Amino acid sequence: MPEISLTHYVVLSALLFSIGLFGVLTKRNAVAVLICIELMLNAVNINLVAFSKYITPADFIGQIFSIFVITVAAAEVGVGLAIIIAIYRNRLSVNLDDFDWLKW
Amino acid sequence: MDFPILLTILLAPVAAALIMVFVPKEEHMLHKSIAAVGTFVSLALSLFVYFTYNKEIGGLQFVFGHDLPWIKDLGVTFFLAADGISLPMLLLTNLIGFSAVFASWNINNRPREFFILLMLLITGVMGTFIAHDLFIFLLFYEVVVIPIYIMVVIWGSSKRVTKEYAGMKLTIYLLIGSAFLLAGVIALFVKTTALAGVPDMSFTGMAQVAQQLSRFDQIWLFALMLIGFGSLISMWPFHSWSPDGYAGAPTAVSMIHAGVLKKIGGYGLVKIAVYMLPVGASFWAPYMAVLGIIGVAYAAMGALAQKDLKYVVGYSSVSHMGYVILAVACLDVIGLNGAVANMFAHGVMAALFFSMIGFIYEKTHTRWIPDMGGLARQTPRLAVGFMMAAMASLGLPGLVSFIPEFTIFISGFNNFGGLAVIGIAGIIITALYVLRAGANTLFGPPRPEYNHLEDIRGPELVPLVVLGTVLVVGGFLPSLLFDMINSGVVPLHAAISDALQIGGKL
Amino acid sequence: MLVEFAMQHAWLVPLLPACAFVVIVFLTRPWQKLSAIVAVGSMAMSCVIATLAAYGIFTNHEYIEKPLVYATRWFSLGLPGMPDLLVEVGVQLDPVSAMMMFMVSFIATFIYLYSIGYMEGEEGFSVFFSYLSLFGASMLLLVISSNLLQMFIAWELVGLCSYLLIGFYTHKVSAREAAKKAFVTCRIADFGLLLGLLSLQIIFGTLNLVELSDKIAHFEEYTTFGMITLIAVLVFIGPIGKSGQFPLHVWLPDAMEGPTPVSALIHAATMVVAGVYLVARTMFLFHEVPSAMQLVAVTGGFTAFFAATIAITQREIKRILAYSTVSQIGYMMLALGVGSLSAGLFHMWTHAFFKALMFLGAGSVLHALHHKADVWEMGGLVKKMPITAWTFVVGGLAIAGIPPFAGFWSKDEILVAALGGGHYVLFALAAFTAFLTAFYMWRMIFLAFFGEENPENHPHESPWVMTLPLVVLAAGAISVGWLGTPWHNIWGEWIRFGHPHHGPINYGAMIGSIVLAAAGIYLAYTLYLKDAKKKRARRMAEWFGPVYRMLYNKYYIDELYLWFNHALVDGTARLFYLFDIYVVDGIVNGIGAFARFSGDGLRVFQSGRLQNYVLVFFLGVLAVAVLMAFSGPSATSLLLGGVK
Repeated sequence: MPEISLTHYVVLSALLFSIGLFGVLTKRNAVAVLICIELMLNAVNINLVAFSKYITPADFIGQIFSIFVITVAAAEVGVGLAIIIAIYRNRLSVNLDDFDWLKW
Repeated sequence: MDFPILLTILLAPVAAALIMVFVPKEEHMLHKSIAAVGTFVSLALSLFVYFTYNKEIGGLQFVFGHDLPWIKDLGVTFFLAADGISLPMLLLTNLIGFSAVFASWNINNRPREFFILLMLLITGVMGTFIAHDLFIFLLFYEVVVIPIYIMVVIWGSSKRVTKEYAGMKLTIYLLIGSAFLLAGVIALFVKTTALAGVPDMSFTGMAQVAQQLSRFDQIWLFALMLIGFGSLISMWPFHSWSPDGYAGAPTAVSMIHAGVLKKIGGYGLVKIAVYMLPVGASFWAPYMAVLGIIGVAYAAMGALAQKDLKYVVGYSSVSHMGYVILAVACLDVIGLNGAVANMFAHGVMAALFFSMIGFIYEKTHTRWIPDMGGLARQTPRLAVGFMMAAMASLGLPGLVSFIPEFTIFISGFNNFGGLAVIGIAGIIITALYVLRAGANTLFGPPRPEYNHLEDIRGPELVPLVVLGTVLVVGGFLPSLLFDMINSGVVPLHAAISDALQIGGKL
Repeated sequence: MLVEFAMQHAWLVPLLPACAFVVIVFLTRPWQKLSAIVAVGSMAMSCVIATLAAYGIFTNHEYIEKPLVYATRWFSLGLPGMPDLLVEVGVQLDPVSAMMMFMVSFIATFIYLYSIGYMEGEEGFSVFFSYLSLFGASMLLLVISSNLLQMFIAWELVGLCSYLLIGFYTHKVSAREAAKKAFVTCRIADFGLLLGLLSLQIIFGTLNLVELSDKIAHFEEYTTFGMITLIAVLVFIGPIGKSGQFPLHVWLPDAMEGPTPVSALIHAATMVVAGVYLVARTMFLFHEVPSAMQLVAVTGGFTAFFAATIAITQREIKRILAYSTVSQIGYMMLALGVGSLSAGLFHMWTHAFFKALMFLGAGSVLHALHHKADVWEMGGLVKKMPITAWTFVVGGLAIAGIPPFAGFWSKDEILVAALGGGHYVLFALAAFTAFLTAFYMWRMIFLAFFGEENPENHPHESPWVMTLPLVVLAAGAISVGWLGTPWHNIWGEWIRFGHPHHGPINYGAMIGSIVLAAAGIYLAYTLYLKDAKKKRARRMAEWFGPVYRMLYNKYYIDELYLWFNHALVDGTARLFYLFDIYVVDGIVNGIGAFARFSGDGLRVFQSGRLQNYVLVFFLGVLAVAVLMAFSGPSATSLLLGGVK
């Protein structure tokens, strides 16, 4: 069994990112879109940590960065969910197709 | 370090605005009083500065903050200073600002917001005149634009055009103008920094480098600045915001706008564009002169066709600014003196005019000349103010605007000969439209519907007294004005003529 | 001692009325009598000072060639040591200005006094006196000016006062229009004058009269003959307007809308002759240019004749006087133009007395008849208003040119000067005008004061404040001409340009002018007094129908100007305005509309659907990534710009 190399991580990350992207682009439910965004962010995190581990093992820049990403993602989800709830209260819908009032 | 008097002048209205924030909004009288006190402090101090400035020594005085870095990497310092060109403008701003507060004395629709914005507006205008750093200059200029939009849209009046249109036109026009200006300033900054190695945004520092820029660079940089400052001073054909804007704006804004804000354009032309880019200036001078003269004649004819008082004065101010542009284009001592002095004179006169029209409108609810007549009987003091402004507008000797116009005529006639004659002929058309407006508004049989009108009294008299006094004193003692301006113009002219001899070689 | 003081402080002469203006406006306005006293008192004091100063000048022959000048810097531009522009204010006293100063302040004092009676009970009594004081100050400033800019300032200020006083009855539309017309007409003329002054300043670097006269004597060092001619013509345009010369005379008859003392003071005795005074002061300029002199002479001669013909047919008493003023000023210009400064100013001097007298007399009549101005509706006033009538007759004799009244001597001087200069056509014109003058003046006198009384009128003699000035001025109208009799011409000795002129006494011209004047009076007598029904006068008007109508309508010049103003000036203005709102503003709004249209086009892409945006964004990132992967570092740096 070959050792797990950087390529594996990167492929995993790419797959995860693609899945997330696919979800973001196609899902009609806003909550699902948020979840898919989390997937994409985590794909990035995997990338960061993997590159850090294999290319610059001495310092922890990637790890630290990914912790920041996690924090920001948490905050973002919090805000995002709050917005969705607010919209839901107004519109009784979380369907993204109904949310086209971003134009004037 | 001395008492930072310029900073105090600058911040007194801001302080007034801050106090107003904490005063309950129902206290109308209190708000007005605070605004009056704030502007009075500035006025008194700027009078003090004006009369203590040492004209023999000249140069920059009352310097503040030249060692106070604002943005170090860009060479920006919070540099305030006064010289013979900026002091008349500072004084003018405060004279008009103080009067504008009293001209708006009867505003009862959200006075707190109105006066806070007015204070910010005055501060912004003052800032542009005492800033001695290009960045700070632009900063204050942008401060000016925003309150004006809000004030026009909320407190303005709709006539031929709606106030929303007027406000939008005014704001966007000025912003587009300032975009050209900004582009010019950035390019100038890049060029001078490349040449000198060290960034320096102060007028003098930058000018020393900029004057050595190549002829080509100076020409296109000056063109950008000319468009920027030109649209600010309503140079033909960038003037069309002016009549509409003034007509839509509330009295105080019209006063400040026509009185001083417009002059930022002329001031910038003299103190920035011409000073820093003399070679470019001498290249563009004939074109400027032509545009100025077209502006004089064209706007005077435009004013002749107007039936709305504010439009008459709006066009007339475009026409008068044509003289300023002509004077700047002369690029000699007499012309530059005349340009600055005429800006001062026109400021006083236009502010008085607009304040009187504001009162007329407030009382009769019309500005439509055919609907008026005989007001001299019913409101004699108003009529006196109106006629004084009218007479100053047509350049009557004995009032402040004659000598500046005379100097401009000398210089213009000397430099541009027959072309200037067209501009000088403007005095005839000016007399025609001003007298026609005055006669049809004030004289003739009084109308019964205006019999109940009350003449201006109490605080409403302040604009008439303050500005009227300046009109007369400036008319009989022009040296009060000209000695000051001359002390600023002579070194400036020396610098540009030196630069013209050696400059443009790089 | 006092004389010395007055000469050194001649600036007090205009300053005192100026102070009176300020005092009346700010202090005494509520108290009518006090205001009047302030005005009259200050002018009387000015008159005393002016008299003393004039005495000082007229006792020392030196001042004829070397005027007494003192001046101070008003403002200057450029370096203090060698200014680019230096303007001074100062006083220049020589026989010409001393005479004028005395004349203005003397006549003004009596007209102010007269106004107390005339304006009695009128609204704005104090304001009227404040305007009068301002006028007095400006006029005296004009007179003593030592430089042309100062003179121009005063020139405009008297124009302002004229404007204010013509339009004094603000509620009257006619007054309003007349005031505006006066101002604008004079403005047009001042434009020419201003150009002339600018040229002088630019070429000679000064506007001080003394310096200019030195430099212009050698003008070849500075400029060409063509230029100096042009300047002289431009300068002369100012007097054409101010002094009501053809073709800018139209404002002066209309100016009679003002109160009568104003007409007497401003539009007869002082302000309108400012143009004559200006030409006299700048004689050193005109003297260099024969063609400009010719222009002055022809303008004057033509105006004199032209205005006299109009005056024949007019009906309103003040209008007749106004046209006569235009005509008489034409005489003065004629005299100046043929080179006799002495005769021109002499006529100005006598004219000031008799014309002020006649205007005040007319005012007295109007006062008595409650502003009924048509001479045909008067008649027989001599019985009820003897002082007014007889002083008026004195004025009529003076203006007609009957010896020994003042007008005779001055008019004779002019005729002799024209003849002596070889201007035979102008001489004939002037002589014929003398005949016309006698005729129309006496037509007015016979119609108004003699013949049958009009039963509708209830005239009464005016109070003493009004009749005293009449008597004083009548005394003047009789006697002031004796200064310049051909046998002993004191006037010509003092007031002259160049050397005093001593020609042989021309008895022919003298007798001829008497005969012409007498013929004019006799013709008026037969037409308007002897023939009580005035049948012959009416028949003559019918015979000359078209001519009569043309004269009565003042050659339709007003109509022409009105048409020009309305059709051409206003039409052009309208055109400019339309151009402005549709073309210039159209472009501005077009740019705004362009931004809006492009926005409308581009908003299609802004569907509002988040997922579309995300897709586009992602594709964009992908494209950049592909580009970066397949091209070298150059494209990368191009894409990312200066970011390192």
